[in-house]
Amino acid sequence: MRLAVVGVGAVGASVVELAGEYGHEVVAVADSTGGAVDDSGLYADAVFDRKRTEGTVGDADPESVFDADYDVLVEATPTTLGDAEPGFSHVRRALADDRHVVLANKGPVAERYDELRTLEAESAGTVLFEATVGGAIPVLSTIADLNGQVTAARGILNGTANFILSRMAAEGLGYEHVLAEAQDLGVAEADPTFDVEGTDAALKCVILSNVLYEDSYTLADAEVEGIADLPGSALELAAEDGRTIRLVGEVSPDGVRVGPRLVAENGTLAVSGTLNIVQLETTHAGRLNISGRGAGGPETASAVLADIGRLPDTV
Amino acid sequence: MSEADTRSYTVRLELVDEPGELLGALEPIAENGGNLLSIFHERGNVTPRGHIPVEVDLEATEVQFDVIVEALRDAGVNIIRAGAERYGAELTVVLVGHLVETDLSDTLQRFRDCGGVSVADFSLSAPAGTEGPSSARLRLVASEQQTHAALSTVRSIAEEKDLRVIEPLMEVFG
Repeated sequence: MRLAVVGVGAVGASVVELAGEYGHEVVAVADSTGGAVDDSGLYADAVFDRKRTEGTVGDADPESVFDADYDVLVEATPTTLGDAEPGFSHVRRALADDRHVVLANKGPVAERYDELRTLEAESAGTVLFEATVGGAIPVLSTIADLNGQVTAARGILNGTANFILSRMAAEGLGYEHVLAEAQDLGVAEADPTFDVEGTDAALKCVILSNVLYEDSYTLADAEVEGIADLPGSALELAAEDGRTIRLVGEVSPDGVRVGPRLVAENGTLAVSGTLNIVQLETTHAGRLNISGRGAGGPETASAVLADIGRLPDTV
Repeated sequence: MSEADTRSYTVRLELVDEPGELLGALEPIAENGGNLLSIFHERGNVTPRGHIPVEVDLEATEVQFDVIVEALRDAGVNIIRAGAERYGAELTVVLVGHLVETDLSDTLQRFRDCGGVSVADFSLSAPAGTEGPSSARLRLVASEQQTHAALSTVRSIAEEKDLRVIEPLMEVFG
């Protein structure tokens, strides 16, 4: 497949770098300020050299990627809330041109799901978005494979919040202290609001809900509570009963709920550090647990590339 | 990943006093990877329904345990209690906030008054003194089928007193 990659953060850059290993070719790349197009294929090294030295991937208009001869648009710009722009417009543009779209950006799937599906229905292109839920973990493809047999889902879907809670419990440290440590380690962003307030986990749960129940939920429909300012004493008390606290997202026909919950200290859900876990409740096979790395450039890019492999060959 | 972590569980069953019943109840445990530790067959102690209570201690991973409980139910074995934290009527919650200033004894009293619920265990941690926010762990024992009602009570009291509730994961899932 010939790829056009929009957004060159950790995930977009890894897609550009790894595409060749998966048998694909990158013909266009754009970041927020520039673009590079070459129908005979771009060299990853050249793109990144340029980004490093000149701060952008190329001199061309970022919009010029849509004029390239590509099969799949990889949308990896940052997730935005509300109108999910500019990601949504990028998707619309590609679908209008009957191209496939693979999203790493959660915004369009979490905030404008019904519009996304309508555009897809009107297009010869297909939209896939495995990377938006649980990074490298094949959550959505498992749900698709199970053919309507998944009735509910829950999980630990934010590595930053999980890292903070595991450290607080293991070391008896307070929230602020562990957050500062996580920022030093690069696990938490300088502005960790999106992760610690539960927004990121909630977006993933909203996506799961949209897929499971073919409805059109948005963040506004989710009940969300974060872990910010949770005192260390709460974790100590939980440990007295063999429990610990994790930021758990729950998706059921009753709705989407994200918040700190008590879980068994040595139980399946108490994954440590930045690992994620998803539990799927199925009609005929009980509960399935899938765990793995929920974030990271190459990890998430592997989900994008797996999606590209699932696309129909011809548009 | 803690998949490999085995824990001990106690399952309390109720069996009909007929030959083969005990074996029928143990098979689903062994077949699904549970490691039997002990079986306490209380032959002299018949339940009001004329059945014999049996307490089985076993080791299994959490995932195996879920499968075992389901297999026992499928085999028609009556499970009275399986692993205190999930199937029993005990419920642990942690409250965070100004617990002392919002009248802790009133909070506890309200749990007692809500019917079907009692406070089995309580501990408070107030590292910042009574002025600052504190945390409390409550283990509530609710009568059968009352755990959801107990949780609603916790939520409404917490909302009224502006406390944060850290709830247990409930098996409403699925």
